[in-house]
Amino acid sequence: MDFFHVIVVLLESTIRVSVPLIFAALAGLFTERAGIFDIGLEGKMLGAAFAAGAVAAITQSVWLGLLAAILISVALSLVHGYASITQRGNQIVSGVAINFIVAGSTVILGEAWFRQGGRTPALAEGARFQTINFPFADTIREVPFIGPIYADLLSGHFILTYLAFAMVPLSWWILYRTRFGLRLRAVGENPGAVDTAGISVIWMRYRAVICCGILCGFAGAYLSLAMTAGFVKGMTAGKGYIALAALIFAKWRPFNIMLACLLFGFLDAFAIRLQGNPLPLIGQVPVQLMQALPYILTVILLAGFIGKAIPPKAGGVPYVKER
Amino acid sequence: MDSIAIELRGIDKSFGPVHANKNINLKVRKGTIHGVIGENGAGKSTLMSILYGFYQADSGEIHVDGRQVTIRDPNAAIAAGIGMVHQHFMLVENFTVLENIMLGAEESQILNKGIAKARDELKRLEREYALEVNPDAVIEELPVGLQQRVEILKALYRRADILILDEPTGVLTPAEADHLFRVLEQLKSQGKTIILITHKLREIMAITDEVSVMRRGEMVATRTTAETSVEELAELMVGRRVLLRVEKGEAKPADVKLSVNGLTVKDSRGVTMVDNVSFNLRAGEIVGIAGVAGNGQSELLEAISGIRRAVSGEVHLNGKAIDVTGHVDPRELRDRGLAHVPEDRHHVGLVLKFEECENAILGYHHDKRYLNGVFLNVDAIRKDAEQRIAEYDIRPPNARLKTANFSGGNQQKIVLAREMERGPDVLIIGQPTRGVDVGAIEFIHKRIIEMRDQGKAVLLVSVELDEIRALSDRILVMFAGRVVGERDPDATEGELGLLMAGVEGRKEAAE
Repeated sequence: MDFFHVIVVLLESTIRVSVPLIFAALAGLFTERAGIFDIGLEGKMLGAAFAAGAVAAITQSVWLGLLAAILISVALSLVHGYASITQRGNQIVSGVAINFIVAGSTVILGEAWFRQGGRTPALAEGARFQTINFPFADTIREVPFIGPIYADLLSGHFILTYLAFAMVPLSWWILYRTRFGLRLRAVGENPGAVDTAGISVIWMRYRAVICCGILCGFAGAYLSLAMTAGFVKGMTAGKGYIALAALIFAKWRPFNIMLACLLFGFLDAFAIRLQGNPLPLIGQVPVQLMQALPYILTVILLAGFIGKAIPPKAGGVPYVKER
Repeated sequence: MDSIAIELRGIDKSFGPVHANKNINLKVRKGTIHGVIGENGAGKSTLMSILYGFYQADSGEIHVDGRQVTIRDPNAAIAAGIGMVHQHFMLVENFTVLENIMLGAEESQILNKGIAKARDELKRLEREYALEVNPDAVIEELPVGLQQRVEILKALYRRADILILDEPTGVLTPAEADHLFRVLEQLKSQGKTIILITHKLREIMAITDEVSVMRRGEMVATRTTAETSVEELAELMVGRRVLLRVEKGEAKPADVKLSVNGLTVKDSRGVTMVDNVSFNLRAGEIVGIAGVAGNGQSELLEAISGIRRAVSGEVHLNGKAIDVTGHVDPRELRDRGLAHVPEDRHHVGLVLKFEECENAILGYHHDKRYLNGVFLNVDAIRKDAEQRIAEYDIRPPNARLKTANFSGGNQQKIVLAREMERGPDVLIIGQPTRGVDVGAIEFIHKRIIEMRDQGKAVLLVSVELDEIRALSDRILVMFAGRVVGERDPDATEGELGLLMAGVEGRKEAAE
């Protein structure tokens, strides 16, 4: 029973830490499937987290916080879009630039506005997301096996958590079952085919970038309005890069992305759980090693086990009508 | 009967300093097949791109069915009933046939509703034009002939009445090309108008009703096909008389210079591309390797020239073995008398951002002539390059010009000059005239024959069957990685075509 309890707790925190990864990786899915590489997921998420924390602290409204997160993230996406679609710039450079700008400016603005060392003020209950408890959660908890799964694993999460998992099938449906999705995937593979079919490549790519911005906004808001009560500087801590790794690891497919994010989330939860607790046989494992595990795993798995991850063919290449 | 499907009036288009189309007038009659020929860079593709809304003309008018139309983008072209089959297919390779056909004409936001309709419509088109294709097949798994069919279906699905085909036979086997022509005839008989852009005179003569010739951005003539000749068209294209048939004397084959024995090569995916190929190449002869692109010719050349490692087999150059299954140093091969004109001059043969004179010594830069100790002797290099430019009539005659700014034909001459002028014993040439205009083709062919007459051994790979037949003293046909037959150059095209399609070869191998 004790072991079962550990598992449930571990899975519960796996879900908690996977949520921003899922949002961010799905965000990356939309742009990269449209042929725009986005290393700036990290920066957008961080910018969104800051905007959410700041606006929620000032207005005391969680919804205005969320809205601000989405707006900032979409704005940053459009900067990336302008650089890489309209100006045909290097997408990696543009993405890295966004990461740096956001990492610096959130701290400066946070200090200037709130004078708490780059933090935003701790949010009161009404200004952050509350967990949702399913009916009868407390009564069923005592039922062996099913009880804890229902009460702790399924119930008791934030609305954004449920939204993240709902976004997985929804993203799949959008990409594979709608006209928008068909065109978006086509524009990432052969923009020439889209152009000759009479569809604007530029407008298609901008729309993909906006989708990315919205999803990154959710990811950032989750960090500062749900997972914690306020913004802390650098709070994304590389989650944007892990999401990118998950995206590649998942070969740019929605359901694989969910599984990859859960796996990486699990490793993260495991690492937190392990802090201070020696592993049997191995002994003390440095926490840094556990934190590096998702990246190490990505390299190993990509190198040998899951076969080649083939990115969208036109990825990273600005579209120029050939002459 | 004589109604006009498309009329272009005074179309003019410049790209910066390049005047691509100069005051073009063209009338295409309804229900005919109208050919547009011209050398590379004559402005054919630009003109058709204007018609399809890819570019806007600087001035001029387009009339479709007697009404003036403005074609700002491909949408407008589609609405005007114009469809285009591009030279490089505009297909999404990992989509199915159906998805490709629907793309841009999906009917509704949610795909499911359109799919059933598209499927029915596709069935109808298949029946009507005998264009069968599995709607659920993924494009990248289809042979190019079928991919092209999907492009045609895409246009028909959008209810095109006027179909533009840009160099449609470049990637097809002769049999596939014949089938395409039958499809075009069928489309014509159903009242469609077809514009065929090509640089192949034979195709023009075989299938078109009328033909317009472009030269240096101008429309120089329009002829009724039945009343013109290949010679006249070639002259109109180039602007002077052209020798279409290469004049060459009897070959005098001597010693074996290159012998290939049981060579097997796999590509990066592990697929066998060259399967147990053996042949000898003698001094003073040209051996041509015919075959549809992708049947192992490229890999064969790469293995012999030391770019790709072979799995098994032996290659001897001047009687001495080349370690083709181990490490081969292309520089050592060059020193031993093997020169290589690669198929893909843009990626393998040249560095396009370099100046002409730099490319002219690429791979020979360690030659003492070009060195001053550890430094390059720039003066010697330029002087040498200028001499080559004069000998090979490379235009513009400027050794300091960036190589990307030369036309395809002149780029090819730069590579040929580099490889031929060191007097190699064996010359391996891949696609000598791909993307090269008629005038330069004549020159390149002459040079290749000259090499042979000087006693060099020449191995020639080309997907242009006409070229193989014109130059070779012996023809080997490759299909699916094997040499399926050897023929004299006077073998008929039909015979070679069957070998290339793998039909005759199997029988021969069985006997």
